[in-house]
Amino acid sequence: MNNWLNNFIRPKIRSLVGTQKDVPENLWDKCPSCDNMVFNRELADNNYVCHHCDYHMTISAEDRLALMFDGGKYTRHKNKSVPADPLKFKDRKKYVDRLKETRAKTAEDDAIIIASGKIGGNPVVVALFNFKFMGGSMGAAVGEGIVTGAEIAVKTKSAFITVPASGGARMQEGAISLMQMPRTIIAVNRVKKARLPYLVLLTNPTTGGVSASFAMVGDVHIAEPGATIGFAGKRVIQETIREELPEDFQTAEYLLEHGMVDMVVPRSELNAVIGQTLSLLMQTKLSDNPKGKKSKDNKKSDSSKGAITVASVSAGGEKMSAADAVNQDSAAASVKKTA
Amino acid sequence: MLEFEKPVIELEAKIAELRHMSSDDEINIADEVSRMQAKAGRLLSQIYAKLTPAQIVQVARHQDRPHFSDYIEHMIDDFTPLAGDRLFGEDNALIGGIGRFKGQSVVIMGQEKGNDTESRIKHNFGMARPEGYRKAQRLMEMASQFQIPVISLVDTAGAYPGLGAEERGQSEAIARSIESCLKLEVPMLSVVIGEGGSGGAIAIAAADRIYMLENSIYSVISPEGCASILWRSADYAKDAATALKLTAKDMLENGLIDDIIKEPLGGAHRNKLETISLVSSKLEKGLKQLTPWKSEKLIAAREEKFLKMGRAA
Ligand SMILES: [Zn+2]
Repeated sequence: MNNWLNNFIRPKIRSLVGTQKDVPENLWDKCPSCDNMVFNRELADNNYVCHHCDYHMTISAEDRLALMFDGGKYTRHKNKSVPADPLKFKDRKKYVDRLKETRAKTAEDDAIIIASGKIGGNPVVVALFNFKFMGGSMGAAVGEGIVTGAEIAVKTKSAFITVPASGGARMQEGAISLMQMPRTIIAVNRVKKARLPYLVLLTNPTTGGVSASFAMVGDVHIAEPGATIGFAGKRVIQETIREELPEDFQTAEYLLEHGMVDMVVPRSELNAVIGQTLSLLMQTKLSDNPKGKKSKDNKKSDSSKGAITVASVSAGGEKMSAADAVNQDSAAASVKKTA
Repeated sequence: MLEFEKPVIELEAKIAELRHMSSDDEINIADEVSRMQAKAGRLLSQIYAKLTPAQIVQVARHQDRPHFSDYIEHMIDDFTPLAGDRLFGEDNALIGGIGRFKGQSVVIMGQEKGNDTESRIKHNFGMARPEGYRKAQRLMEMASQFQIPVISLVDTAGAYPGLGAEERGQSEAIARSIESCLKLEVPMLSVVIGEGGSGGAIAIAAADRIYMLENSIYSVISPEGCASILWRSADYAKDAATALKLTAKDMLENGLIDDIIKEPLGGAHRNKLETISLVSSKLEKGLKQLTPWKSEKLIAAREEKFLKMGRAA
């Protein structure tokens, strides 16, 4: 499935933000899903989505932020420091050493990145997990990041979006990481209390204590195609019930079918879909951000009122597209406003 | 039998034997029995004074420890169990209802592990499914509605890892249950009475007061699970039990719980009634303290309590 956003907009934005030069030339990669060979540079231009089968591969935190925010522009916020290794944890390796190594390798201080900018012209704070940092596991630093992000959102009257990519709690922080579950729920509820939208973009993977806390209490849940989302690990479940699990078990699509997420949105349409959702919730006019404008020029779009076409967004078993649903809501909202 | 209790158990067997002996020398036997009893007591307190975390895990999971149903029987009058999540079904792993605690109405809930094969299966070994956590949400809403305080007794290896549980949103059910605790307009007191297993435990324990029985455990993952991931072998469960800092003492030192409830000599499994009475008086004190608090103050303090967990001092 090729679409206009992938083919036209994305490369332009990439060249604007200049990430292209980081990608080595002449490198081919094998798609883990369809086994087809894909040209690395093309892959980068396509948000690391396979051209052949639309498989969403791992994407770096920076690339993810760039594709979410309008024009790929955002500001990062410094993470507050938390006590490192409060339990003096040691398995085969000392946790402090593991932290040190991971920090050196990733040039990040922990698995959370707080960034702010605009999406669809709306002010947004994003708390994004960096899976490369100890599997995106949630300890005190990640909890602190979500608390900080939520506070900035409330202070700046912005929407708050969390983007989990995490295997769950950070074992090396024991019950401290467990307590980040209530802690992060408190944080996001303060955003909701301020009547600001709290969205969750569930990416691969979102499991364990992360999925069972802030990630499942959003106003709107958006999942990335094929992402693994669930509480218990597949292997643990298999060992417990000793039964075959459905092939699509714990995938984004499975969660959609079971009513746990609102929509499954391909990477290429994230900015547009989030932008539109926020504009509706925050009752702002669809912004004149570059991507929003482009949609009006889109010849394939059959929408006459400039709404962004999100036809490939799958929303529920009904064949009604998310765009239809959103447009209906938008009509209802405008009726309300004039009344 | 707990391996480390072996010397005591052997001594206790001897005492029992001695008691059944008929002899002309009654006085000497009585003397000997009391001498040996004193010795057994000393042994027990010596053993229990230096239990390793891995041994505490064993005590926490001991099948003779008082379970949820025991607390209901001896601590709660007029217990009226309430069933169902009003959405899908009833979950016997997490029991709840209304009752009278020291004369005052309370909502009380907790996991029940069961005592024999039949009841263990009935209660799914205390591992709740989404329905259990959604019933908990329902009960907490009711507590706010009627201004009745909430008591939760935590005793679970964790939330149930099953196909149906995932299908019906185990994650969401746990997250919302935590949220329900945090939004409660009435005091909530939690006691970890045995195992506090990860998300399945915190789901009903984001409370104003969190107590742990002396030999209970509270952990983000089971020592076995942790060992098999971080050490790549479950054989290291003992090391994991130490590293995870899952004992009541560790939890208190790390500021994650409010207090420890002492267990009778030799652990809760040696004296159910005394254990229940110790839990009961701790809960009574906690409740008395929190009862005058208005809901705004309760919620604010509860939020602050959890917000500071893991924050730089
Ligand atoms: Zn492919």
